[in-house]
Amino acid sequence: MTVALLLGALLAAACVVLVALPFLREPAPRVDALPAPGELAQRQLELIEERDRALAALKELEFDHRTGKITDPDYRALVGEYRRRAALALRALEPRLEEHPRRVRARD
Amino acid sequence: MADLGRAALIVTFGLVLWATFAGAWAARLGRRRLADSAANALLAALVSTAVASLVLLAALVRHDFSFTYVADHTSTRLSRAYSVSAFWGGQEGSLLLWLLVLCAYAGAAVLLNRRRAPDVVAWTVPVLGAVASFFAFLLVAVASPFATQTAPAEGAGLNPSLQNPYMLAHPPLLYLGYVGLTVPFAFGMGALLAGRADERWIVATRRWTLVAWTALGVGQLLGAHWAYVEVGWGGFYAWDPVENAALMPWLAATAFLHSVMIQEKRGMLKVWNVLLVLLAFGLSLFGTFLTRSGVVNSIHSFTQSSIGPWFLGFICVVVAGSLALVFARLPLLRAKTRLESLVSREATFLYNNLLLVAFCLTVLWGVAFPMLSEAVRGEPRTLAGPYYNFFLRAFGLPLLLLMGIGPLVAWRRASLGSVGRTFLWPFAVSVAVGVALIAAGAGSSLPGLLAYTFSAFVLASIVLEFVRGTRAAGSFLQLVSRNRRRYGGYVVHAAIVLVAIGIAGSAYGSTREAKLRPGESMRVGGYTLTYRSLGDTRTAGAIERRARVDVYRGGDRVATVFPGKNAYFAEQQTSNEMAIYTSWPRAEDVDVIADQIDPATDVVYFKALVKPLVNFLWIGGAVFLFGSLIALWPDAREQRRLVARYALAHS
Repeated sequence: MTVALLLGALLAAACVVLVALPFLREPAPRVDALPAPGELAQRQLELIEERDRALAALKELEFDHRTGKITDPDYRALVGEYRRRAALALRALEPRLEEHPRRVRARD
Repeated sequence: MADLGRAALIVTFGLVLWATFAGAWAARLGRRRLADSAANALLAALVSTAVASLVLLAALVRHDFSFTYVADHTSTRLSRAYSVSAFWGGQEGSLLLWLLVLCAYAGAAVLLNRRRAPDVVAWTVPVLGAVASFFAFLLVAVASPFATQTAPAEGAGLNPSLQNPYMLAHPPLLYLGYVGLTVPFAFGMGALLAGRADERWIVATRRWTLVAWTALGVGQLLGAHWAYVEVGWGGFYAWDPVENAALMPWLAATAFLHSVMIQEKRGMLKVWNVLLVLLAFGLSLFGTFLTRSGVVNSIHSFTQSSIGPWFLGFICVVVAGSLALVFARLPLLRAKTRLESLVSREATFLYNNLLLVAFCLTVLWGVAFPMLSEAVRGEPRTLAGPYYNFFLRAFGLPLLLLMGIGPLVAWRRASLGSVGRTFLWPFAVSVAVGVALIAAGAGSSLPGLLAYTFSAFVLASIVLEFVRGTRAAGSFLQLVSRNRRRYGGYVVHAAIVLVAIGIAGSAYGSTREAKLRPGESMRVGGYTLTYRSLGDTRTAGAIERRARVDVYRGGDRVATVFPGKNAYFAEQQTSNEMAIYTSWPRAEDVDVIADQIDPATDVVYFKALVKPLVNFLWIGGAVFLFGSLIALWPDAREQRRLVARYALAHS
């Protein structure tokens, strides 16, 4: 029983160390805020997801056309609209994409 | 060593409580170190639960009967493999397995996603911690596997029907499935609590959902095979409440795996997807409740206990709390796009979802009805096979057809002209198969005929998809490697068709029963069975009594089978041991059951069944696993795309 309880105490101690590790590693950090996208970054994420969806839809349309699921007249009627949506999604991100390399350079 | 097991569980309980409360506090106040500490608590809980599990495992293998659980579920005559399987053979052990698997899933899912979606993971940790806290509490305070006693000389042994190789894999796989559904639930709720409506929770959990869904599917098929070879009634699925309990979350998860693609591609069905993960998780809890509470009569309810009210209370809290959260976040989940056409891939997914959920809810009603009728009228009334079979046909056949229609229809919208062109070949194949089947006499069962005709349609559409896709992509390998989820999914569809063929074969089977003396024969489905003799064999754990039966077809002896019964010493129980002759050229099984044996006169009451195409079920299981593995295989291109997406968003 004593050995078992000793092992149990050792296990508990090891677990406490693991749980306390973030505080032991950084006793007094400069920043202790959880990294979370702000309102702007969240909007940015939504735009990126919209862009990816628009580009994926365009690719799907091309593939469906090549595999014969969409006829030539249907394809011609749809492709313009899909390209417009993809372009809109890309344009919405443009300022951000231009900013990005500048930020990387600034960090360097 | 029981003290070490108890101590380890208490440590786990403390850790998961910390993960819950410290995690929620950290997420609310945005404290990074505290959130990391809560996540680490989940990892530490995995270690301490693993220690507790090792203690129990060691006691089972050593037959340490001072552990009440070991004495209740093993005996010295039990082989080492079945002693290990006793870990999940009883209530306390299976609850410990639940907790162990949950901690493993939680630790891995949190570790892999804490950098990609820290704000969502911060709220996911307390949700996972809360679920783990419930199970840890049960193990510490209500149903401990580490209760001790003065060791008896011999244990009670393991239920004989659990002494089957399938029991080494079937329950752990079901647990991997049940518990795995906690991950999408926790991330879904985590995203709602964090107020995030983006796709990160879906990206974080789709592989985990697929793993859980695959495990649940394979686990059910192994269970069906176990029922077929071990329970000794000649069937593979009896609509038993506990079997249904595994089917329901699988149906809900199937619906989710389809509808989540619409959210990814179109940004639609956000509320529906969150509700589906809640339904799947709630049903997995309900399944565990059914198995463990003893509220229903089932061959699978190996335990009767008092944990039922705890489970019911927890399920109510989870469902009510989650629904309130979804309601509070409704403005966040509003879709910006709409369904463009009722003739589109999205629309077929929607129909598939409605059918899957409707079928799931009718099964739920069938399972809950005896409990509700007992509560209202004071006597349980059971909904039997015909109720379930009706809905299986009503929802299953359209679902089967949709599996063939969906891949042929374009995304967003398709004109009737293009639909007509793509449907031409699969439709021609299915009509040809239908006509051939009617000519062969398969018209005796309309549901069977429809199932086979629809199956031909689905298989033809899958082949067509692969052929056209390969032409468009340039090569078969490129086609599959560029979209593993889609083409792995098609292989899974083919597997479901094989399973459907196996199930529909039941409509064309034959059954005969006869009381025979040695030397007498009976005929069934073109076979003649001649009973030769009766004999006993004594093994370490049982007396195995077997009848020797020769199987003839067209005058030739094709096999000798040995149906009978085992009388287990320690367990004081008898099991039916069915004998199976498989004819691969005829694609059918001959099952022989020695239902009643009179050892004084050697007279045996036999039941014999011919089951056409039943082995398609097991082949379908292997194909299902193969297709799931294709879909699960990591896609480096997609990973790079996602890394770039989130790097840009977090920069």
